[in-house]
Amino acid sequence: MKRLGAWLVEVLLPPLAFFALVAGVWQGATSLWDVPAYLVPSPERVLAAAREHDADLLSAMQLTGSAALLGFALSMLVGTALGLLFSQSRIIQRSMYPYAIFLQTVPIVAIAPVLIMWFGNGFGGVVAVSFILSVFPIITNATAGLTAVDPTLLELFEIYNASRWQSLFKLRLPNAVPYLVTGAKIACGLSVIGAIVGELFAGFETGSAGLGTLLARANGRLDTSYVFAAVFCSTILSIAIFAAVSSIGATILARWHIGAPRSSTTKG
Amino acid sequence: MRASSVDVTYAGAIRALADIAFEIPPGQFTSIVGPSGCGKSTLLRLVAGLVRPTRGELSVAGQDPTTARREAARLSFVFQDATLLPWRTVSANVRLPLELQDAPRADRQQRVRGALELVGLTDFSGRYPSELSGGMRMRVSLARSLVTEPELLLLDEPFGALDDITRQTLNEELMGLWTRRRWTGLFVTHNIAEAVFLSERILVMSARPGRIVADVQVPFPMPRTADLRSQADFARLTGQVTAELRRADA
Ligand SMILES: Nc1ncnc2c1ncn2[C@@H]1O[C@H](COP(=O)(O)OP(=O)(O)OP(=O)(O)O)[C@@H](O)[C@H]1O
Ligand SMILES: [Mg+2]
Repeated sequence: MKRLGAWLVEVLLPPLAFFALVAGVWQGATSLWDVPAYLVPSPERVLAAAREHDADLLSAMQLTGSAALLGFALSMLVGTALGLLFSQSRIIQRSMYPYAIFLQTVPIVAIAPVLIMWFGNGFGGVVAVSFILSVFPIITNATAGLTAVDPTLLELFEIYNASRWQSLFKLRLPNAVPYLVTGAKIACGLSVIGAIVGELFAGFETGSAGLGTLLARANGRLDTSYVFAAVFCSTILSIAIFAAVSSIGATILARWHIGAPRSSTTKG
Repeated sequence: MRASSVDVTYAGAIRALADIAFEIPPGQFTSIVGPSGCGKSTLLRLVAGLVRPTRGELSVAGQDPTTARREAARLSFVFQDATLLPWRTVSANVRLPLELQDAPRADRQQRVRGALELVGLTDFSGRYPSELSGGMRMRVSLARSLVTEPELLLLDEPFGALDDITRQTLNEELMGLWTRRRWTGLFVTHNIAEAVFLSERILVMSARPGRIVADVQVPFPMPRTADLRSQADFARLTGQVTAELRRADA
């Protein structure tokens, strides 16, 4: 109990206090200079917009959250599988890696409409965009973890005539676990961005709308307070997913008895 | 084990070993000393079948080293670092060679316990490497190398990173273990006193490309005890090997 109290004071209090300060200054500034609400709405108005649309925002967070989590899960699976492939053969790695980098460098907004066209103007397309945006850090971290094995350990395995599978399952994969945790922490945030970007292009026809859809609609109506409220909800969603992934990662790392390695790429 | 006129040249034309020839009878404990970078590790890796001679012949138990390792599988290697898997407990680390060699499951636990007893780490079997001191980790590494009951044990500066007292204690333990098991030992070290204390024979190597420049017999009876270190004969032989090594390095 005492530790929880200390944690609240040390970790949670400073950012909350800073948030309150910023909100206060912002509220003061908007009323002092009489800024029009369609340009910069005051915190009060944003809050009011959030209250007014609370049901829509909540279901949008759920929808966007599930698309992001699905895209993230796919990234983990496919990224690890590609890492396995790359780690087993230099030729495959050399011939395919440049295209993996393509995923990293192509502007997502440019290909999002195409992906939506391919994978459906709805949930499927959104998941696809989320996946494409978040898979790269998993590929690089999985490949790094599977190949950056202490050469002396590889020799140890060779001394005991270990098979390729034994080296993979008893050495390379366990070695990759901390790298995958690092990759997952980067990818989960990207998966939320991907889902929202996807929703901007995928106009859900029916009643169900994600955060991106709400953002696009509110933007079209110049309802800036609603836009801010939706942005705020996106941030909360990102933080919640990141916190969950981080704490699962920390649990795994504690069992692995090694700290997180430096990531090969920190950016997605 | 027999080597005749063996050369090893690495990629980039680095000539590591030149004209190496020796013969080591089974059960002998031999040390190798030589200046830094003279190819001592290369020599051990050669015997383990991890690198191949560029020229010349090397045979272990009458076979090519790689074949000997694959077929007989009675070889262990102790590296300078403990090279433990951090995600495995002490006992799981010691069990690793048995898993890799598909040893009968029924025996594994007992053999692991036996090996941990040999190095006095029974109470630590559930700990992780990160919870142990450097000396304890090295003991785990030794236990891992002994769990397969090797006939040939290659040790590459295993105690190089330890303080003097821990090193001496482990030397005495290693001596005790060798007396019980009588494997063929090839021990690389920078520490001459350690080589004299442990081995029946010392090969002195020259600077790169490494050649064997002296083959010194160590006459003290086995097994040796800690008080040997304070005897005059011990100091004399240590001095002699030091002189050989200086000449080799010049
Ligand atoms: N894989 C390799 N590729 C190329 N050169 C190598 C390789 N391994 C070792 N060498 C070179 O071969 C020479 C002998 O190396 P080796 O590690 O056998 O020496 P050593 O006597 O064990 O040195 P130390 O006392 O520092 O452990 C060195 O010059 C080293 O740079
Ligand atoms: Mg060496």
